[in-house]
Amino acid sequence: MLDFSYTRARSAEEARAAAGEPAARLLAGGTTLLDLAKCGVERPDTVIDISHLDGLSDILVDGTGASIGALAKMSAVADRADIRHAFPAVSQSLSLAASQQLRNMATIGGNLLQRTRCPYFRDPATFPDCNKRNPGSGCAALGGVTRNQAILGTSDHCIATYHGDLAVALVAFDATVRTDRREVPIDAFFLTPDDRPEQETVLDKGEMITGLTIPATVAARQSTYLKVRDRQSYEFAAASAAIGLDLEADGVTIRDLRVALGGVATKPWRARTVEAALIGKPVRPEIIAEASRLAVEGAVSHGGNHYKIELAPRVVARAILTVAAHLNPDLNPALGETA
Amino acid sequence: MTRTIRLSLDINERRYEIDVEPRVTLLDALRDHAGLSGTKKGCDQGQCGACTCHIDGQRVLSCLTLAAQAEGRKITTIEGIAAANGDLHPVQLAFIEHDAFQCGYCTPGQIMSAVACIREGRTGSDEEIREYMSGNLCRCGAYNSIVAAVREAAEMADA
Repeated sequence: MLDFSYTRARSAEEARAAAGEPAARLLAGGTTLLDLAKCGVERPDTVIDISHLDGLSDILVDGTGASIGALAKMSAVADRADIRHAFPAVSQSLSLAASQQLRNMATIGGNLLQRTRCPYFRDPATFPDCNKRNPGSGCAALGGVTRNQAILGTSDHCIATYHGDLAVALVAFDATVRTDRREVPIDAFFLTPDDRPEQETVLDKGEMITGLTIPATVAARQSTYLKVRDRQSYEFAAASAAIGLDLEADGVTIRDLRVALGGVATKPWRARTVEAALIGKPVRPEIIAEASRLAVEGAVSHGGNHYKIELAPRVVARAILTVAAHLNPDLNPALGETA
Repeated sequence: MTRTIRLSLDINERRYEIDVEPRVTLLDALRDHAGLSGTKKGCDQGQCGACTCHIDGQRVLSCLTLAAQAEGRKITTIEGIAAANGDLHPVQLAFIEHDAFQCGYCTPGQIMSAVACIREGRTGSDEEIREYMSGNLCRCGAYNSIVAAVREAAEMADA
C-alpha cells in the first residue's frame, strides 16, 4: 500500500478544507478507501479521518420521512425498527449487503460512494487500461470477462456496474443527498459513464456528503428489496430490485409503484417505464411479467452478462408480486405460480 | 517522506505505545507491533474475516482499519476474551467441544465474530447464524460444526 500521511479532523470545517487538496481523501469507515489503496487504485497522499466527528451519525424518523447522518453505520440504520417499518426495502438493502463486520464499519455516506467491483478497474498492475482510473486509456473490460458488467447505462468507454444496494432503494423512493453545499435528488447525484467514466457523481472536489433524506410514502412503507446472487450471502447482486407498491381500495389495481434495479447498470437504475406501464393496471402475473421487461429497454449485452437481460425483469416481477401478495393475501392463489 | 507516528492503543484493557507509519493497519499493528499474533491475516482485503476483532464492542475487520483510526477506542482481540484467571470464554469452549475447526487459521476470527453475533441476538435459528457469520470464511469447510458451536454458546448465554 502506498505511503500517506494521516490527519484526524477535529471539525467538519477542518475536514472540508483539507479535502480540497488534490490527493487528499476523506476516511470514514475505510472499507472502500483502504481496500482500493491496497489494490493500487486509490493513491492518496493525505488521509483525513472523519470517523471521530460528532453530530453526523444521527438517524431521525418521523411522519415526513427519515434523515440519516452521513457517518451513521450501515448496521445501525439497518437494525432500526422505525426504518424497518417505514422503509423496509432500505433496511433490507443494507442487511443483505456485505457482512456484519463491514456493515459495522461502513458509513451511509461512504456506501453511496463505493466504487465498482469491475475486476479490471481493481487491478491496475495487470490492466493499465481503464478509463475510470486513467481517462483516455481504454477499457479492458470490453472484450474481457463480462459476467458482472453492466447491461444498462454503459458507453463505449466504460461498462462497469455500480454494485451498491442501498442506493438502489434510495433511488426508488426519491431520496435526497445532502452535502455541505446543497441538496441533490439521488437520481441526479449519480452519473452514467458516457465519455467521462471517471466522474461517478456530481460531487465537486472537497464537497462532503453530510446526510440523506428519504420522504415517507405509502410505497416506501410497502416495499421490498430482492437480491439475486451467485451465493446466498455475502455477495454482490447478479440482479436486484427495490420495489414499492400501493394498491387501490379494490386490492387489485396498482395505485403507485416504484421500481429500481441494482447489479445491472452503471448507476442505481430507476425503471420509470415499468412504473408508468403498470399504474392503473391490475396485479396479474402475466401483466406484471410483460411490463417488467421494459426494465431492460435499451440493454446492451457484452456476452458474459447476457443472462442479466433475462434475469433482471424476472427479479422485478417477482418482487412486485411478493409485495402485492403481502398487501392482499387474497391475491396469493392467483399469483401462486410465479410469486 | 516516511515518518512514523506515536500511537497509544487500548488493547484488551492494556495500553500499548507504538510507533508506526500512518498507513499501518490495526491488523499489522496488533501482530507486528503489539506482539498479539492471535488475530490472523488471511486475505488482507476485507473478504475473509480472519482478522475480525472488536472496536468499542462491535466486530470489525482490522485489515481495513488504520491503527491510527483506532486510537481512543477500546480494542478487543482473541487474546482478551478469556477470563482473568485463564478460564476460556464460553464460545472458545463450544468451538473445542464441537471440533469447529480443522487447520484453525480462521478460528480466532470466527470466535470474535461469534461472540459479537451472540451479543447482537442474531442466533435465533441456524439460518440466521449462517447469515450473520457469513463474513467469516473457513476454507476447511467446518461450517456445520461452527454453526453448532455458535448455537450452543448462544443457548448457554441465554440460560
